[in-house]
Amino acid sequence: MTAPTGVLSTKNAAPATGGQLATFRLDGDLYGIEVQHVQEVLRSQQLTRVPLAPTAVAGLINLRGQVVTAIELRERLGRPPRPEGTDPVVIVVRLHGEAVSMLVDSIADVVDVDASDFEAPPDTLEGQARELIRGAYKLDGTLLLALDVQRAVSA
Amino acid sequence: MDGLDDIVEEFLVESHENLDQLDTDLVALEQEPNSRERLSSIFRTIHTIKGTSGFLAFNRLEEVTHVGENMLSRLRDGELALTPTRTSVLLQMVDTVRSLLSSIEASGGEGSVDVSAVVAAISAAMEEAPAAAPAAAAVVEELHDDLPEEPLMPAPAVAGIAVPEPAVADQPEAEASAADAAGGQARRAVADSTIRVDVDLLDELMLLVGELVLTRNQIVQNVARQTDTDLIRASQRLNLIASELQEGVMKTRMQPIDHIWSKLPRVVRDLGLQLKKSIRLDMEGRDTELDKTLLEAVKDPLTHLVRNSVDHGIEAPDTRTKAGKPAEGVLTLRARHESGQVVVEVADDGAGIDPVKLGAKAVQRGLISQEALSRMSPADVLQLIFLPGFSTAAAVTNVSGRGVGMDVVKTNIESIGGTIEVESDAGVGTVCRLRIPLTLAIVPALTVECASDRYAIPQISLQELVSLDAEKAANAVEEVGGAPVYRLRGELLPLVRLTDVLGLTSERHDGHVVIAVLRSEGRRFGLVVDRVINTEEIVVKAVGGQLKAIGLYSGATVLGDGTVALILDVQALARRALRTETTDRQEARAGALQAVAAETDRQRLLLAAIGGGRRVAIPLDTVTRLEQVRTDAVERVGNREVVQYRGAILPMVRLDRHLGAYGESDREVLEVIVYADHGRSVAIVVEEILDIVDGEAAVRSDIDDIGLLGSAVLGDKVTELLDVRAAILAADPAFYSHSSSAPSGASDSLLEV
Repeated sequence: MTAPTGVLSTKNAAPATGGQLATFRLDGDLYGIEVQHVQEVLRSQQLTRVPLAPTAVAGLINLRGQVVTAIELRERLGRPPRPEGTDPVVIVVRLHGEAVSMLVDSIADVVDVDASDFEAPPDTLEGQARELIRGAYKLDGTLLLALDVQRAVSA
Repeated sequence: MDGLDDIVEEFLVESHENLDQLDTDLVALEQEPNSRERLSSIFRTIHTIKGTSGFLAFNRLEEVTHVGENMLSRLRDGELALTPTRTSVLLQMVDTVRSLLSSIEASGGEGSVDVSAVVAAISAAMEEAPAAAPAAAAVVEELHDDLPEEPLMPAPAVAGIAVPEPAVADQPEAEASAADAAGGQARRAVADSTIRVDVDLLDELMLLVGELVLTRNQIVQNVARQTDTDLIRASQRLNLIASELQEGVMKTRMQPIDHIWSKLPRVVRDLGLQLKKSIRLDMEGRDTELDKTLLEAVKDPLTHLVRNSVDHGIEAPDTRTKAGKPAEGVLTLRARHESGQVVVEVADDGAGIDPVKLGAKAVQRGLISQEALSRMSPADVLQLIFLPGFSTAAAVTNVSGRGVGMDVVKTNIESIGGTIEVESDAGVGTVCRLRIPLTLAIVPALTVECASDRYAIPQISLQELVSLDAEKAANAVEEVGGAPVYRLRGELLPLVRLTDVLGLTSERHDGHVVIAVLRSEGRRFGLVVDRVINTEEIVVKAVGGQLKAIGLYSGATVLGDGTVALILDVQALARRALRTETTDRQEARAGALQAVAAETDRQRLLLAAIGGGRRVAIPLDTVTRLEQVRTDAVERVGNREVVQYRGAILPMVRLDRHLGAYGESDREVLEVIVYADHGRSVAIVVEEILDIVDGEAAVRSDIDDIGLLGSAVLGDKVTELLDVRAAILAADPAFYSHSSSAPSGASDSLLEV
C-alpha cells in the first residue's frame, strides 16, 4: 500500500493518521478512538433512564456532580444487546468541551497505530456501522476498527 | 504593555456605564430642557471620556467628544438653547462614541469608524438655526416638521440667544427627574464602595456552591438516620451555612433591572419620533433585581415588547384625541418580586387588541379554523398572538414585521423557565406580563417518584398536592369523554398521568392516587405520580444535545443520594398533554359542567375544626373562598369584629365563640371561610380547615344545639352541621335583609344533607 490513508473513505472525510488509539472490545470486535478524546474510563455506573429518549441513550450518570449522557455503543452499532449479567464499562469522552460517555464491553490497551496499516471500510459493511466506522487498522492477527467518536455519541 | 491594556479595559468598562447614563440623561433633558443638573451631568460624562481618550491617543474619539463637549458647555452656560436637532446630533454623537468604543474593544484601535459627518453635524447645529441642519440631522428634522411641538420638545428657540423658557414638564415629572438625578448620584457614590469581579469567576463560584448544596443535601439526608447528636448538630450548621453562602453568592450575580431598562427611554424616544407619536415612558420598580444571565436573556424580548407597544399599541395623537384620550400615550414598565419570581409588565394605554379582529385574522391566515375560533373565549383568542407567523399590525412597518414575532419572544422567555401572558381591553390598553425565575442555577423543587424513577418538578409551577386513598380515588377521579378529571373544590382538574406521558408503567397498584396540581400558562392540571418524595433545593444541570430534542426535560439534577433525576419541563408537559383539550375536549368539558350542576343535590361539605376537638361541616356551595387573616389585622366596630379585605370591611364571626367551643385564642393567623352573596361578604373564623367530603355517605342524627342543624358521622367522626344562616347573621344581621324573604343561601337545603 503506497497511498494508504483515508483518501478512499470519501464519506468520512477525516483522514486516518498514525497515533495512539484507546481500544475497547464490543461484541467480539476491537475498536479504537483517538486517545486525546478520552477523559476517563469508569467501571459500571448507576444509570438513570430517560424515557422517550433515542434508543441509543442508555441513561444519565453522575460524574462527580456533573450529569453525563451515556450512549449504548452496541445499540449505536446495531449489535445485539449485552448479555444479561455482564456490566458495561463507561468511557467518558470530551468533545467540544462537553463530556459524553459510551458504554462498551471491556477496555483494552492503548495502541500505537501506523497510517500505512489503515484501510477504508469494505463495501460490504452496511447499516449504521458504516456511518460510524472510518476504517480498519490491520494489526497482527486482528483488525482494529477506527470509530468516528463524534458521530458515535451524537445519537 | 500589560499595564496599558488594563487602563484601556478600565476605560471601556467605565465608558459603557457612562454611555447608558448619557442616554437616560439626554432623553430626560428633552422633557426638561432647562435642567442645568442634567446638562452638567452630560457635560461631565463627555468630558471624562474626552480626557481619557486624549491620554490614550484615541484621536477620533477625542475629536468627536471635543466638539460635543463644546456644544454641551454652551448649552450648559445658556448660550445655546436645546432644540430637537441639537438633541438628535447629541444622540448621534453618543452613538458614534459607542461604535468607536466597541471598535476599540474588538480590535484595540478606532477601526474604520468615521467621525467627520457627526462632527460636522454638531458644528453646524451649534452655529446655525435648526432648520438649516446639515444632511446628517435632516431626516430627523423632517419628521419634526409636522409634529405638534408639545410635549416632546420645548418651544423652538432662536439659536444663540439665551431665553430661559418656562419648564414644559409638569410638576410630578420634574420631581421624578430630580429624584432620578439624586438616584444617579447615589449610584456613583456606591461605586466607590464596590469592586468589579469577573463574571467567569462568579460563574465558577456559583458552580462550586451548587456542588456544595448537593453535598450538603447528601450529608443532611444521611445524618437524618444517625443518632449521634454532635453529628446532627454539625449537619444542621452545615445546612444553615450552605444556605446562607448560596444566597450570598446568588446575590453577587443579581443586578437591578434598570440595567436593561436604561436603554429603553432612548428606544421609545427614537421610535416615537419616527412614528410621529408622542409617548411618555414610566418605570416602576427599577431596583428589582434578578440574575445577570437572566437579565441578558430578557433584554431582547423586553425591547421587542416595548417596540410592539409603541408601534401597534399606542395610537397616533389625533386618533387618541378623537377617542377622548390625552394625545400623549403612556407606556409603563413595572417590575416587582412576587412569590419567588420577578414579574415584569409592559403596559400601554393604547388601542388594545380586539379579539374579534384578531380571531378573524387568525382564521384568514389559516392558523385556526372558524369552528375552533367560535369555541374560544376572548382571553383564549388573545393567546393566538403567540402563534408563529402572526402580526397584529395592519401593515408591516419598518419597525416591526421583521420576522420576529411574539412567538419568538415567548420561546425566549420560556427557554429560561419564564412565562408570558397578555391581557388587553379593546380601546383601553394592553398589558404583557413576564414571569421570570430569580435565578437559573438553583431552584426549589418537588421530587416525585414515577415507575420507580425520580423526577424533579420546579416549585414555581406547583400549586398544591392532593393525595387520595384507594377508596376516595375510586369516587373522586371521574372521566369526561375518556379523559380523567378530579373535582378539586368543585372545579374540574384535568389529570395527566406521568407514566402515560413518559410511556412507562406505573408501579403503584394499590389504587392510591397522588396528584401534583401544576399551573402553566394560566392553565391548571393535575399530574398523577406514584408518590411524592420531598422538596429540596436542586442544582439545575444542562442535559446533552441528545436529550434536548425530547422537549420534556428542562435539565437534570443530582439528588441527595447521588442519583441523577430529570427535571420535568412543566410547560412542555402541559402543552403535550393538554393539546387535545384546547379544542376537542372543550365541548366535553361544557357537558361535564352541566353534569356537575345537575348533581347539586349531592352535597359536598367543608370540614373545619373549631377547637375543643369539635368539627363542623359547612356546605361547600356556600363557601366563596378560603383565606388566612392575620390576627393583628382584626379591628373592632362596636362589639363586632371586622377585617379589611379587598378594599371592603368584612364582618367576622368566630365559630368557636358562636358555638360555645374553646379554641386557642393566641393564634397569629386566622383561618377564614369567606361567604359572599349579593355583594355582601362575611368571614367565618375556624381553627383549621380539615377536608372536603361528600355529604351523601354521612350517617345523620338530629342531635343538635344552638347554631347547629344536626350532626353526622363524616370520616368516622361525629361532625356538627353548621347552621350557616345563623352564623352569618351573627356576623352581619343585615346580611339577608336586601334579598327576598326566602334566603338565597343553601341554609335551608342544608337539612337535606
